[in-house]
Amino acid sequence: MSKQRTAAIVNGDPVEFLSDPGQTLLDVLRDELHLTGSKEGCGSGDCGACSVIMDGRLVCSCLVLAAEVEGCRVETIEGLSTGSTLHPLQQKFLDHAALQCGFCTPGILMASKALLDANPDPTETEARYWLAGNLCRCTGYDKIIKAVLDAAAELRQDRKSA
Amino acid sequence: MAQLSYLSPSSVDEAVKALSGTSARALSGGTDLLVQVRSGRAKPDQIVDLKRIPGLIGIRAENGGFVIGSATCGAMLSEHPTLSKIWPGVVEAANLIGSTQVQGRASLAGNLCNASPAADSVPALIAARATCVIAGPAGTREAAVETIVTGPGKTSLTAGEFIIAFKLPPRGPKASDAYLRMIPRTEMDIAVAGAGVSLALDADGVCLSAHVALGAVAPTALLVADAGQALIGTRLEEVALTRMAEAVRAACQPISDKRGTADYRTKIAAVLAHRAAVIAWNRAKEQA
Ligand SMILES: Cc1cc2nc3c(=O)[nH]c(=O)nc-3n(C[C@H](O)[C@H](O)[C@H](O)COP(=O)(O)OP(=O)(O)OC[C@H]3O[C@@H](n4cnc5c(N)ncnc54)[C@H](O)[C@@H]3O)c2cc1C
Ligand code: FES
Ligand code: FES
Repeated sequence: MSKQRTAAIVNGDPVEFLSDPGQTLLDVLRDELHLTGSKEGCGSGDCGACSVIMDGRLVCSCLVLAAEVEGCRVETIEGLSTGSTLHPLQQKFLDHAALQCGFCTPGILMASKALLDANPDPTETEARYWLAGNLCRCTGYDKIIKAVLDAAAELRQDRKSA
Repeated sequence: MAQLSYLSPSSVDEAVKALSGTSARALSGGTDLLVQVRSGRAKPDQIVDLKRIPGLIGIRAENGGFVIGSATCGAMLSEHPTLSKIWPGVVEAANLIGSTQVQGRASLAGNLCNASPAADSVPALIAARATCVIAGPAGTREAAVETIVTGPGKTSLTAGEFIIAFKLPPRGPKASDAYLRMIPRTEMDIAVAGAGVSLALDADGVCLSAHVALGAVAPTALLVADAGQALIGTRLEEVALTRMAEAVRAACQPISDKRGTADYRTKIAAVLAHRAAVIAWNRAKEQA
């Protein structure tokens, strides 16, 4: 069998792409759609560097076949900021120096976004468990958790004043 | 190597046909299968994605019990408004599988049919006396969960067969369950041993029925009838729990590997079953 045609919504835009049956969503995001923010750290679901939000659920894009996203909404790191205005999570990661090499960061930001979408006021423990599938070799996690909780507080404030 | 193809049938019949091929594999969440395909450990010529078949994702109450679509992900189990009140052990076991990302995909059918001896949801489902609804070329049949896995990586499903749903039986008052596993850290690891216990009590807290199932201590998950029997007619007094623990240890036939020695696994399985029984009993007493 030859390439398969798939239509999906990526970061709000309708896209169509061709893929081989064995190609993953991560492969297509990076190689066909040139959205190289999502990273491949392991390719086996262990590191979370490839995390994207698919129909509202956080998934490892390395463990989703490209053809599986037919008709789905996919959110990647490229859609997180609004133009040149960073999302509060991104800003807080900078403020707290919650990244060093940055390889894990797109996945952690998407995982954190999914957390705050589902739970605007997580405890530290909840945030740590939620992010347990996102490995970082650099930061020691503490700054990441502080940044996430700080962004959550800011988003709650924004919502109140909106 | 034959070229891989991907199919996402929209009916059970279509899927049965597609899975009758020699090296076709069912796909639910893909958190086991796609890892194996990518590493070359599995070489299917066709991947049959079951998730677009109506009813394979979702949970419904039926005849006093629950029917859980086979491809329903772990996160949906915990989001259901009543499932975890009535079957907290099944839900906590399924929720132990992997990370948030894995929970958004991983299904009960995949956990069972991957046929790992350490699969977390399986002892809980067996203790709950859950059954599988299986579709195949000869129609649909129902089978107890413990009859599906026959050894590491092996199932009793025949060509063209796949699981369409799990059924959890009706639950009376004063009944509950629990699942515990031992891993060397707090998250993201594979069970060294696991134990699921499901109990139904009378108004005075005496066990009317009790089922104990173990994971990671034998080639398949085990239903330990003697262990359950040791609790029936008791209020989980120390002597009953001791007898249950003895039955658990007698049933274990674990391997030694980097995660734990056979002796350690046997000892831990009994400790976990003891603790899970106490949790299930306390939960059951609190049920209306
Ligand atoms: C990072 C990570 C952590 C993990 N942690 C754990 C853990 O803590 N505990 C644990 O138990 N597991 C763990 N797993 C393994 C895996 O996530 C689970 O076994 C999961 O439940 C598999 O479900 P799935 O829907 O993804 O299965 P799939 O990968 O879709 O399928 C698995 C197998 O079952 C077959 N299959 C799928 N659906 C059906 C069906 N309806 N009928 C018949 N056969 C079917 C497939 O052909 C395949 O052989 C982990 C995996 C990863 C990647
Ligand atoms: S690349 Fe997907 S989890 Fe590591
Ligand atoms: S910043 Fe380097 S891996 Fe996280």
